[in-house]
Amino acid sequence: MQRAGDEGAIRATPLPTGWDEAVRLDEDAATVPDPVDVAVPDELRAEIEGHMAKYPDRHSAALPALGAAQERHGWCSPEAIAQVAVVMQVTPAYLSSIATFYDMLRTQPIGSSYVYVCTSVACHLRNAKAVHDAIAEEAERQGVEGVDIREFECLGACDMAPMASVDGRYVGPMDVSDAPEFVRQLKEGRDVLPGRSLEDPGFRLPWDTRAQPEQSAGPEARGEDERPPAPDYAGGDRPGTPEGDAA
Amino acid sequence: MSETRLLLANIDEPDLHTLEVYERLGGYGKRLRRALLELSPEEVLQELEESDLRGRGGAGFAMGKKASFIPKGDMDKYLCCNADESEPGTFKDRLLMQKNPHLLIEGCIIGGIAAGANKGFIFIRGEYAAQADILDAALAEAYGRGYLGERILDSEHSFDLVVHRGQGAYICGEETALLDGLEGKRGNPRLKPPFPANQGLYQGPTLINNVETLCNAPAIVEKGADWFKSLGVEKSTGTKVVSVSGNVRRPGNYEVGLGTPVREIIYDLAGGPPEGREVKCFFPGGSSAPVLTQEHLDLPYTFEAMADAGSMLGSGAIIVVDDSVQLVGLALRLSEFYRHESCGKCVPCREGTNWTVKMLERIDEGEATPMDLEIMAQVQENILGNCLCVLGDSMAMPVGSMISHFREEFEQHIEQARAKRDLEDVSHRGAPELAAAGEAGPN
Repeated sequence: MQRAGDEGAIRATPLPTGWDEAVRLDEDAATVPDPVDVAVPDELRAEIEGHMAKYPDRHSAALPALGAAQERHGWCSPEAIAQVAVVMQVTPAYLSSIATFYDMLRTQPIGSSYVYVCTSVACHLRNAKAVHDAIAEEAERQGVEGVDIREFECLGACDMAPMASVDGRYVGPMDVSDAPEFVRQLKEGRDVLPGRSLEDPGFRLPWDTRAQPEQSAGPEARGEDERPPAPDYAGGDRPGTPEGDAA
Repeated sequence: MSETRLLLANIDEPDLHTLEVYERLGGYGKRLRRALLELSPEEVLQELEESDLRGRGGAGFAMGKKASFIPKGDMDKYLCCNADESEPGTFKDRLLMQKNPHLLIEGCIIGGIAAGANKGFIFIRGEYAAQADILDAALAEAYGRGYLGERILDSEHSFDLVVHRGQGAYICGEETALLDGLEGKRGNPRLKPPFPANQGLYQGPTLINNVETLCNAPAIVEKGADWFKSLGVEKSTGTKVVSVSGNVRRPGNYEVGLGTPVREIIYDLAGGPPEGREVKCFFPGGSSAPVLTQEHLDLPYTFEAMADAGSMLGSGAIIVVDDSVQLVGLALRLSEFYRHESCGKCVPCREGTNWTVKMLERIDEGEATPMDLEIMAQVQENILGNCLCVLGDSMAMPVGSMISHFREEFEQHIEQARAKRDLEDVSHRGAPELAAAGEAGPN
């Protein structure tokens, strides 16, 4: 063990967590925390234990448990990890290895809510990078704090590209010109771009024009095409096959 | 042309996600009784095998065959539904789970019967928070009505189902990495064999299937394998929910019988590329599939035709790229994705994806020579088939296909970017010939 000196002065600054970052070589590896030492909020404990009960092996609860702890702490802080570790009776290192692997688990206190702007292949083809940059710039201009705004890989909503996930709420398709409104609503803590989220009732893609007659008037259009359009869905589909094929 | 809707037949029905509406439209009820009470597990399995239903997640492996690999016996067996839909361009499972969660649950029960499993997990990607909540609510309803749990509908079968939320990792869509994620570990692929059918979740035999695959099972049990086969062609049976995205006028999910020409899907259903533009190339099965070009537009959309053309049907996601797109930029974006998502377990993938990104950046910055394309081809060659899973291959193949189909464009990009850089370097010294060359450079 090294004594404090110049070395110690450097280490006095908090080290970032993350497997490829600096490691505290001067400390012993953390062991499974003693329940006496770590206080866990009752609700969190109950939630983690609930997850553990669902699986034949309690380790399976690691992902949902860390997710639950992150929700309360804003990120997978050492305290959050200790609390999960003491309930699950695993080492903090085991949990850190998971927290650093998965993109949605935050190992830095960036913000307790997030905006993931998809810039993956399908969104890239629809100018997503510019949308992300506009939102990031606007957020800086308006002084938004505590929100993790970043580019994200495919979110599985390429039909509404370019799109973003605001704390799990999918919104799109967006345009660079949406950025000021988007950020203003984000800052005010309201639902961003109301009416343009996948979860909004009656949500439709702008090009989903099933109600228009030309959509059902193709040469091979079937009689069933005339059934009234359904009020909601997000796939840009048009009426198709007979109901007889219903699954 | 119109769609052939099987899985999406009632998708526009209001409140389809509730048990009440789903039952009213024929869900559970008679056909689940048939699977549980009238047919033996062997007969359910046989029906699935005969239907030639192929996996809709990417590999296209026959579902019935996979289920038949599960050993008989009293050990704990598991069913895993792969709902970690992360393949760029794919969003069909999202729609199915959001709008029709009970169809998936019913598919899981039937899959469980075929595999002899009485515990199932739906591994859903963490980003699909709303869909996971919908599934949870549907599960509660199904438990309440006795479709899940002990002795379903007073049959011999018991089946428990759990929704497991991921936390954001593309690699967890790979079946063995999914198992690790489910066991509470980092999502690293495992060495195969043993295959999950023999040794999967918690070391027990495990059947892993994609959402869409399982959603097909109820109709097959209800109407039989022959009916299902009549919907497709040859060894590509049934329908496919195709996610069309990229440069088309109406991106979205369209369900067609397998064998429908690609042109009809892209142009008639999705509206084709925007006004005045043409299809330059397209990914026929998600971003992992090698790109195909205009000449392939008239191929039937089947597993076989896509494979014969040098690509794959994959997850059934068509990403259309029009002629306004610069391929170097697209290849770079694609490689960055795989670099980010590589789990780092195998060196060829971890390093290969990184080097591919670096080389494409070099091309874009005017640092590359045409020889770099050869080096890049070598890097791709060293990834292919040399890793535990196909994540690295999934980058090597599409990038390689872009270079082989559009080599001229890559070479031109290299030259123009070099000229532009040279111009920036020496323009203050006055080099008229370089300045002239630079004018043609990319912006």
